[in-house]
Amino acid sequence: MSSIISVSNLSKTYGSGFKALKNINLDIRRGEIFALLGPNGAGKTTLISIICGIANPSEGKVTVGGEDIQTSYRKARSLIGLVPQELHTDAFESVWATVSFSRGLFGKPKNPAHIEKVLKDLSLWDKKDNKILTLSGGMKRRVMIAKALSHEPQILFLDEPTAGVDVELRKGMWEVVRGLQQAGVTIILTTHYIEEAEEMADRIGVINKGEIVLVEDKATLMQKLGRKRLTLHLQNRISSLPESLSPYKLELCDSGATLVYDYDTKGERTGITSLLSDLRNAGIRFNDLDTTQSSLEDIFVDLVRTS
Amino acid sequence: MNFRAVRAIYLFEMARTWRTLLQSIVSPVVSTSLYFVVFGTAIGSRIDHVEGVSYGTFIVPGLVMLSVLTQSIANASFGIYFPKFVGTIYEILSAPISYFEIVLGYVGAAATKSIILGLIILATAGLFVPLHIHHPIWMLSFLVLTAITFSLFGFIIGIWADGFEKLQMIPMLVVTPLTFLGGSFYSVNMLPQGWRTVALLNPVVYLISGFRWSFFEIADVSVGLSIFMISTFLAICMFMIWWIFRTGYRLKN
Repeated sequence: MSSIISVSNLSKTYGSGFKALKNINLDIRRGEIFALLGPNGAGKTTLISIICGIANPSEGKVTVGGEDIQTSYRKARSLIGLVPQELHTDAFESVWATVSFSRGLFGKPKNPAHIEKVLKDLSLWDKKDNKILTLSGGMKRRVMIAKALSHEPQILFLDEPTAGVDVELRKGMWEVVRGLQQAGVTIILTTHYIEEAEEMADRIGVINKGEIVLVEDKATLMQKLGRKRLTLHLQNRISSLPESLSPYKLELCDSGATLVYDYDTKGERTGITSLLSDLRNAGIRFNDLDTTQSSLEDIFVDLVRTS
Repeated sequence: MNFRAVRAIYLFEMARTWRTLLQSIVSPVVSTSLYFVVFGTAIGSRIDHVEGVSYGTFIVPGLVMLSVLTQSIANASFGIYFPKFVGTIYEILSAPISYFEIVLGYVGAAATKSIILGLIILATAGLFVPLHIHHPIWMLSFLVLTAITFSLFGFIIGIWADGFEKLQMIPMLVVTPLTFLGGSFYSVNMLPQGWRTVALLNPVVYLISGFRWSFFEIADVSVGLSIFMISTFLAICMFMIWWIFRTGYRLKN
């Protein structure tokens, strides 16, 4: 797949001497949903700001749709819609006026039908004449998405799109994002909600302390790093584990009522079969069991801790 | 050239003017009218003619300039400072527009506003004192040139300011004194020789002098010098804005 954004050797040092980005190399593929994960202050927003033209890079090169963001900034920027993290809105403007303003700013001719569609898709149509300051936080967030979509961008940056948005609205927003992807828009989102990345993304990048730690297909990442956990609910509580079970590194939880076994799905053998037969030999019986896949959140926490 | 973007910014800023009509148009007109009542009618009636012009009429160009200068700075500085303050500047910076187009939109709107204001004040003055403008074209040219120059200056202040205090500081502490001491209410020739020399260091003297000349054909300094000084100040402002955008000063760092 061809890349639509290409970042090479990008560094950013702020006036204070703080190195926000260190030699970043990253390619975003056309049409994908890319989730950029990282703890606070990792450099997510700085990276987005540079690609979108809000901050100057210290070193390196970025192309968007093949156009250099500095020498060919008009072409590069007109491909991008940006929804920043903070709710920056013109409080006294109407929804309609502010969204139309964004379209004009990006040099597109008036198109009320498009604006109407965007507002309807985001459930903002009945608020179109309201002043922004009268809207709730979730609505303001959607107004900002509407502004970014007003000029029909090919790439959409969503910086923490669902921060402070309730569950129902969040799900609604995911629908919108999926719809956009189907329409051919490439989406880059940063998020704190790992479930969001897990739910939405095709690929995942992890950034920490200004460096890209990992970029991987979500499925591969989950498989590669994914561990599974088997939980056995015992019929009778036990106080300690018999010696014969020590190789399995079991954990006895809930005051002896459950046994927990972690295993690796990419290993040749999971050890489950022999564990179960050893349990029977030891006279330990259980009345229920379940397995869980380690979440992206666990993977993420691990990565950030070790990097 | 992204004309649609310039138009969008320009209309956005003009819309802000109509929304804040009381503050941006009515209040300067009221305060200028008070000057006419106090200086023109009450005190002015006891003052002799100044260089052949009645005092009430004499102060008209100075008062118009006073408003145009302060309003140009206020409009343009607030126009660019506010998006910085509330964060909406992100959209301007990420849009496919050049610095020149950004400045054209903001400064164009600020200058338009203060030109309209200047003309309204002039019309208001006409209600209080008899007015005859000798060189209307020159008068308009000085008005437009001053509005643009000081809107650019205001734009610089708006970029530089990182708090409301700084936004007010230059207009309050520098521009207002310079305007009052720049001959709004008197001819520099009325000053003693020493003070006259000091006054000539004040750039506003040249603006008011040139503007007054277009009304009455009387001037403190030659018209050519006035035009030269305004143009120089305009060039300095343009250079500073070019530098601001080139380096990303207070915008992109």
